[in-house]
Amino acid sequence: MTNLEKYNNAFIETFEIKEDMLPDLKYQDIDAWDSVGHMGLIAALEDAFDIMMDTDDIIDFSSYQKGKEILAKDDYGVEF
Amino acid sequence: MTFEEILEKPPYSLCKEEKEKLLTSRLTELTKLHREKCPEYRRILDAIGFDATDVRTYTQLPFLPVSMFKEHDLRSVPKEEVVKTMTSSGTTGQAVSKIYLDKATSTNQQKAMVKIVSEFTGSGRMPMIVIDCPGVIKNRAMFSARGAGILGFSIFGAKKIYALNDEMQLDVEALKEFLEKYKGQRILLFGFTFMIWQHFYKELLRLREDGIRFDLSNGILIHGGGWKKLTSEAVGRDEFHKRLEDVCGLKQIHDYYGMVEQTGCIYMECECGHLHASVFSDVIIRRGLDFSVAGIGETGIVQVVSTIPESYPGHSLLTEDEGVILGEDDCPCGRKGKYFKINGRLKNAEIRGCSDTYASKF
Repeated sequence: MTNLEKYNNAFIETFEIKEDMLPDLKYQDIDAWDSVGHMGLIAALEDAFDIMMDTDDIIDFSSYQKGKEILAKDDYGVEF
Repeated sequence: MTFEEILEKPPYSLCKEEKEKLLTSRLTELTKLHREKCPEYRRILDAIGFDATDVRTYTQLPFLPVSMFKEHDLRSVPKEEVVKTMTSSGTTGQAVSKIYLDKATSTNQQKAMVKIVSEFTGSGRMPMIVIDCPGVIKNRAMFSARGAGILGFSIFGAKKIYALNDEMQLDVEALKEFLEKYKGQRILLFGFTFMIWQHFYKELLRLREDGIRFDLSNGILIHGGGWKKLTSEAVGRDEFHKRLEDVCGLKQIHDYYGMVEQTGCIYMECECGHLHASVFSDVIIRRGLDFSVAGIGETGIVQVVSTIPESYPGHSLLTEDEGVILGEDDCPCGRKGKYFKINGRLKNAEIRGCSDTYASKF
């Protein structure tokens, strides 16, 4: 599985949504991505990439796109 | 002054004069904001004839009794912008407060809390044991204070388990497995005071008699929600600490004081056993007779102010708790700001507090 597929799957499985919703998806846009769902998403991403995210990054993770930028940082080194 | 500017300051770094200046500026702005945006708040301020031009310091700003949020829906943003509604932990038959959060206020609560708690735990995340049942955060549209507390602290948990099942029984096997897996690592434990005592401590004590012992000497426990029920069982802070250390080796234990009406601004207990106000909020003790500001060492009614609330007019509230300021800027732990003690609920006030409302069933 490519990193992008892993990334997308974390959203699709946590929020039970379709892939075509992802590009524009933002925190609180859908009921499933509330603060409880957010912690679920973070756990799924941490498992998928075997990383531990900083608290600041968890708070800044405000959209599908923003999340990619965060994971691509040197701290986590996920290449898309 | 924006909240982002305040957030840049280390939580316990400002002395009395610096903090007073910051709070006066931000809280005066918030009073103005809510007066413009919340019609009910405006009517209250008009009714008491509040004039902002007279204000020299933040203790002169008006405060609302917390009960106001039970009787009225107070919002300073349009309904469509509310992303989360928090409710207080009233027991059955008691009215509950409703606190409306928009994206900005909700995010700022989490940011403030992370800054505060990191001062005690360090910024790294840890394996986490929630001493509660998973059912608490099931109803996601309405957050109880208990759910909000668990969720707020969850950000510090890298891997997380709930130690209790939905029947509030300790899941011994799951706990054993978890501790084995993260052996040697620092572990964060979080829960509400009475539940920890009733469903965790007492169970560990019983298990010890069967020869089962858990080692939590690497743990750091954060607990809150009130002491009322434990006080009635004659268990105070020192006893609580001693017994937990005896049964599982847990040494680092921090109580906290906070309320759903000002989520984010929690008051953490330091190594010396004192609750501390951070730069994001403050505690003022008022005399019951005339609501004037009480001095250090003088018992009175607790008023709390917070620099966070923008979506509801809850930046200055009179609680139903009784407390006393122990000092300011000079706690031996080195943290600046006021440090204080909460004595408990005022007489005739409703029972509140996550721990206490749950405990009233026992």
